[in-house]
Amino acid sequence: MEIKRRDFLKVAAAGGLIAASSATPVLAREPKGRLKEAVGLLYDSTVCTGCKACVSACKQYNDMPQSSSTPQDPLWDNPLDTDSKTYNIIKLYKNGTGEVKDREKDGHAYIKRQCMHCVDPACMSACPVSALQKDPKSGVVSYDKGACIGCRYCQVACPFNIPKFEFEKAFPRIQKCQLCSHRLARNEIAACAEFCPTGATVFGKVEDLLAEAKRRLAYKPGEYRKYPVARVDGKETTERLVTPYVQKVYGERDGGGTQTLYLAGVSFEKLGLPVLDEESDARRTETIQHTLYKGMIAPIVFLGGLIYVVHRNTKDHK
Amino acid sequence: MSEESKPIGGEILTKPFKVLMGFALFAGLLVLIRFVLGIGAVANLSDGFPWGIWIAYDVVAGTAIACGGYSMALLVYVLNKGEYHPLVRPALLASVFGYTLAAISIFIDIGRYWQAYNMFTPWYSNVNSVMLEVAVCIGSYVGVLWIEFSPAFFEGMEKYKSNMPKFLQNINVSGIHKLVKKYLFFFIALGILLPTMHQSSLGTLMVIAGKKLSPLWQTRFLPLLFLISAITMGYAIVVFEAIYASVGFKHAPETNLLSKITGLMPWLIGIYLVIRMVDIVARGVIGLAFRFDLNSLMFWIEIASFVVALAFVLPKANRTVPRKMFLGAVFMLLAGTIYRFDAFFISFNPGNNWSYFPSFGEIMITLGMIAFEIMAYLYIVKKFPVLPAPEHA
Repeated sequence: MEIKRRDFLKVAAAGGLIAASSATPVLAREPKGRLKEAVGLLYDSTVCTGCKACVSACKQYNDMPQSSSTPQDPLWDNPLDTDSKTYNIIKLYKNGTGEVKDREKDGHAYIKRQCMHCVDPACMSACPVSALQKDPKSGVVSYDKGACIGCRYCQVACPFNIPKFEFEKAFPRIQKCQLCSHRLARNEIAACAEFCPTGATVFGKVEDLLAEAKRRLAYKPGEYRKYPVARVDGKETTERLVTPYVQKVYGERDGGGTQTLYLAGVSFEKLGLPVLDEESDARRTETIQHTLYKGMIAPIVFLGGLIYVVHRNTKDHK
Repeated sequence: MSEESKPIGGEILTKPFKVLMGFALFAGLLVLIRFVLGIGAVANLSDGFPWGIWIAYDVVAGTAIACGGYSMALLVYVLNKGEYHPLVRPALLASVFGYTLAAISIFIDIGRYWQAYNMFTPWYSNVNSVMLEVAVCIGSYVGVLWIEFSPAFFEGMEKYKSNMPKFLQNINVSGIHKLVKKYLFFFIALGILLPTMHQSSLGTLMVIAGKKLSPLWQTRFLPLLFLISAITMGYAIVVFEAIYASVGFKHAPETNLLSKITGLMPWLIGIYLVIRMVDIVARGVIGLAFRFDLNSLMFWIEIASFVVALAFVLPKANRTVPRKMFLGAVFMLLAGTIYRFDAFFISFNPGNNWSYFPSFGEIMITLGMIAFEIMAYLYIVKKFPVLPAPEHA
């Protein structure tokens, strides 16, 4: 073979450099912390009765069209999941006979799905044109159609499959819950929380929501407790019989933390929430990328070397 | 240098060419439907599977298959192996069309194509986005490739005037030809940097998919595995194309040079397989390969393709037999393509019962793209000095 060992090693060295730097993330990006003023939702599956008032309020206050899952009767608004016309949905978990609420076996439970407003959103890291942005104060993850190129990398990246795309349109957009930021701007709260009659969904500062969630985990099943309705710090409350909880606040750390938090009586995995590491995928990716590129210094140095070598070698060939 | 390559001449509108034209025109019709009625009208893409074969084949595998120009540049200009020079132009030609068609595919695939320029504006571009890096690098590399290949056009217009369409015959290109020649070294250097960046980043793209991707593919070595396999596919396509062209156009293949290039492949495939397997074992996920589900099946088909390619190119005796080198190259291209399909949609599982299989429309658009690529290749090699001149064979 003509290619000499020495030459081969030169090429191998370049590859080795990449291998070494991806194996030792020296520039591991700092994990992102929660914003002090961040707002979000606490959804308590044990409180939810599945009435879907939040689903219709969400449609009404976001001006969203009907989404029908029954083609023979397309006038019904009855989506089975969030889609490009539906930001918010109540889904059902059912096992066996389904008779007892919040029991895994032969039971059922409800789960509300909408944007989680992640502490370190994968969609935002992925988006090449900054169409997905996290508000520096409220932490709400919003979408800018004026920036979006429709590449759908946010959909690949989101561990919760939240961004939805208008595949049926010639000029499509991404659609997702933006925590009713138009309502927040005039000091109102997210419609899903405001119109929840049971207090299953409450709106508030994330630190208050987290405190409330932990309080509930400490309640004893069988006792009566006051549960806030609509706003976690509001005056309106409802008294209810506490039922058993899974001892975890989903979203406290999952996927790097989220501003939508969940409590439930059956395991979160059964309710369809993904099992995620505490390290966000955004951090993992940016660590690899920034380790390799070192703020574009590495490619520029590499290019300098290449220009020198190529210039010398093209002269040789003439 | 210019005696190295010659136009091969001959009829353009041959029968196979007309068949290819049919495919390309049909794809053009489907593309029209996509732009009028939306992506959903022709594709099976969904919110769970937002990317399908247009991304996995046309862009991700397609640009890797088009790495011939990059791989040959590494050999000729970095390792200073001038003897391989006759193979650079044909390799570059395949790269030019592979990458240009990939860029066009991206335009068909993205939903809000009229805003694509936002990527190049500082107030919109997001430097944390792997997609930004991939898109900007591929976009600029398409330009670099056309510049790298342009001397073949200029030479054609100067020396083979009668081949050219009328409107090109009276244009004097000697000024710009000289200019390009003078600064070509810079574009060659860029033409090595950019694929190194985006071919590895194409792997990094899937890191953020996190747990949606099976652990058999989800690893921080994605960028390295993508880069090594892309370079190997680059050498494979050079061998494939040279042997195929020699059969098709009835001239003797450059067996001597090709066997040396084939000799690089066992090293690269070997390194790739070691990293791939050690990573899987070290992360403790090898058990997933024995579950007898679709992922484990695809994993072994993928690995087996690499091993078969290795088996063809490893024995020194095989590297003097064009048929065996050709098969080695075919299996390498297949292996790299399966790896990319696996990592981009086969082992991708968004949950919630979503599934994906490409629609007739998606497949026909992809086939149309390939047909168009081959048509362009045939036209250019017949009219312009690209393929090695027979006396060198």
